[in-house]
Amino acid sequence: MITVEHLTKCYGDFTAVHDLSFEIEEGHVYGFLGPNGAGKSTTMNIMTGCLSATEGHVRIDGHDIFEEPKLAKKLIGYLPEQPPLYLSETPKEYLRFVGQAKGLRGSELEEQIEEVMELTRITDVQNRAISALSKGYKQRLGIAQALLGRPKVIILDEPTVGLDPIQIIEIRDLIRQLGRDHTVIFSSHILSEVQTICDQILIIAHGQLIAFDKPENLEKRLLSPNEITLAAEAPEEEVRDILSGVDRLTQAEFSKEEGYTAVRLKTDVQDIHAVSRALFLAFADRRVPLLEMSLKKANLEDIFIELTEQAPQEEPAGKEKEADEP
Amino acid sequence: MIAVFKHELRSYFHSLTAYVFGAFLLAFMGLGAMLYNIQAAYSNFEFVLSFGSLVMVVIVPILTMRVIAEERRQKTDQLLYSLPITTVEVILGKYLALLVLFLIPMAVISLYPLIFSLFGDVYLPTSYGSILAFYIMGAALIALGMFISSLTDNQGLAAGIGIAVILFNYYSVSLSEQVSSTALGSVIAMVVLILILGAIIRYVTKNENLAFWISIVLIAAVAAFFYVDTAAFEGLLPRIMSALSLFDRFTVIVNGVFDMTAIVYYLSIIVFFLFLSVQSLEKRRYN
Repeated sequence: MITVEHLTKCYGDFTAVHDLSFEIEEGHVYGFLGPNGAGKSTTMNIMTGCLSATEGHVRIDGHDIFEEPKLAKKLIGYLPEQPPLYLSETPKEYLRFVGQAKGLRGSELEEQIEEVMELTRITDVQNRAISALSKGYKQRLGIAQALLGRPKVIILDEPTVGLDPIQIIEIRDLIRQLGRDHTVIFSSHILSEVQTICDQILIIAHGQLIAFDKPENLEKRLLSPNEITLAAEAPEEEVRDILSGVDRLTQAEFSKEEGYTAVRLKTDVQDIHAVSRALFLAFADRRVPLLEMSLKKANLEDIFIELTEQAPQEEPAGKEKEADEP
Repeated sequence: MIAVFKHELRSYFHSLTAYVFGAFLLAFMGLGAMLYNIQAAYSNFEFVLSFGSLVMVVIVPILTMRVIAEERRQKTDQLLYSLPITTVEVILGKYLALLVLFLIPMAVISLYPLIFSLFGDVYLPTSYGSILAFYIMGAALIALGMFISSLTDNQGLAAGIGIAVILFNYYSVSLSEQVSSTALGSVIAMVVLILILGAIIRYVTKNENLAFWISIVLIAAVAAFFYVDTAAFEGLLPRIMSALSLFDRFTVIVNGVFDMTAIVYYLSIIVFFLFLSVQSLEKRRYN
């Protein structure tokens, strides 16, 4: 569907995107994740033809965005970071202009305008001035605009930024809904958001792609749980003694609480359950009750921090990234 | 292109711009018609147009100031870039909308000679020839204004620069009589012009090396020419200044000669600035 090859964008001496390559397949929701200034917007702007690339290619369904811009752009609906709205117009007038520019005419145009207004639920404000609309409505109008012409791909740049929690939920639902008929790519710097909506996550930092996988795989692959916390009803010395009989523990931190001892353990064993089983049996043998035992599950936050922190020193040449094809 | 054209035209009527432009043009022309045709009882409507051309200095920049600058400020230019339309279509659509807007008061003005002809002898060919030439000259000024608007995202600045440039052009013939006509004076003026050109290139392309080398090459060329043929530089600056004047060529037409070279000159100015506007919009994609 979309092929991005060796994309590089330099602003003078500053390299915003460095040798980025990936492939987007039809019918999924993709999340672009990265800290502010990671190159997400730049990449999206290049993919939609709003910005030129210093090097590299972007092909939409085989059409190069720079060489066949008209054909390629017909396949994309784009909502930039700031919704590009003409404030003095009404949503209906605005959508009519965008529809006409996308080549829609007559009844087809009116039909699609009704359809996208229905879908983004802005029908009731269609004749108000855009300048008087709330931010949530403006954002939805921006999405409605992107949907006109029934493009295969919808690209949304930070669609939930600056909205209140209820509006955020509405937009997320809308994105999920769009994902049924379109390929949706959206960017965000909020991890939980990407985690809940996306089928695939692309993590970008310092202009490089550092991970591309399903959310659950990312967790599994990068941070298998290796931390166990437990609370045992025994004094610290006794707990130490029991733990000394368990293999493969790399680190243990003790803290004395009222009536029990809390321990944080780390291990280098891949199969965390082997360790938890051994721990349970060791404590059971000595008839020391375990009040609590939990395996710490990694979340995207950890992955994100780990990946983006190691990125710069990783390989400045930008070769051989951890980009697993889906 | 049609979509952009319709959209622009509608947005002009939404805002005050179109009305202010039309009202000022009609008021000024009406004043001219009263002074020349009624009070002084001249039967030449051309004089009114010649008088009215002064108001173009102010109203054209007001009409064109927002055409591209506002798109930038509101970030709606991103929409235009992402739509399946080319930059040429965007510029042409916008330009045609401006031309239509300019046509409306001109259509009203076109009635004046007919009305006056009911009360006396009006030589209609020069009247309508001048009206046509006035329209084409206005079209050239609008193209210039549009290019200036594409350089900035500040409407006020676009209007200010537009007024300054067109005012300078308006008075360039009378100024050319004041400026030094010596060879050295011309060279100095050429160097200053080249440096301004360099600054514009630097601003539009954000490429310092390019601007620097173009300026150096041009200055070297001027210096070389000056060394080879000093006499050619005598009076060069005044000649250039009057040659560049759009208004001076219109005066020729007002005096009863429908000068085709003037029309060709206006048309080439239009093409030149539309081309520059496209480039300026296209350049935004690169930085």
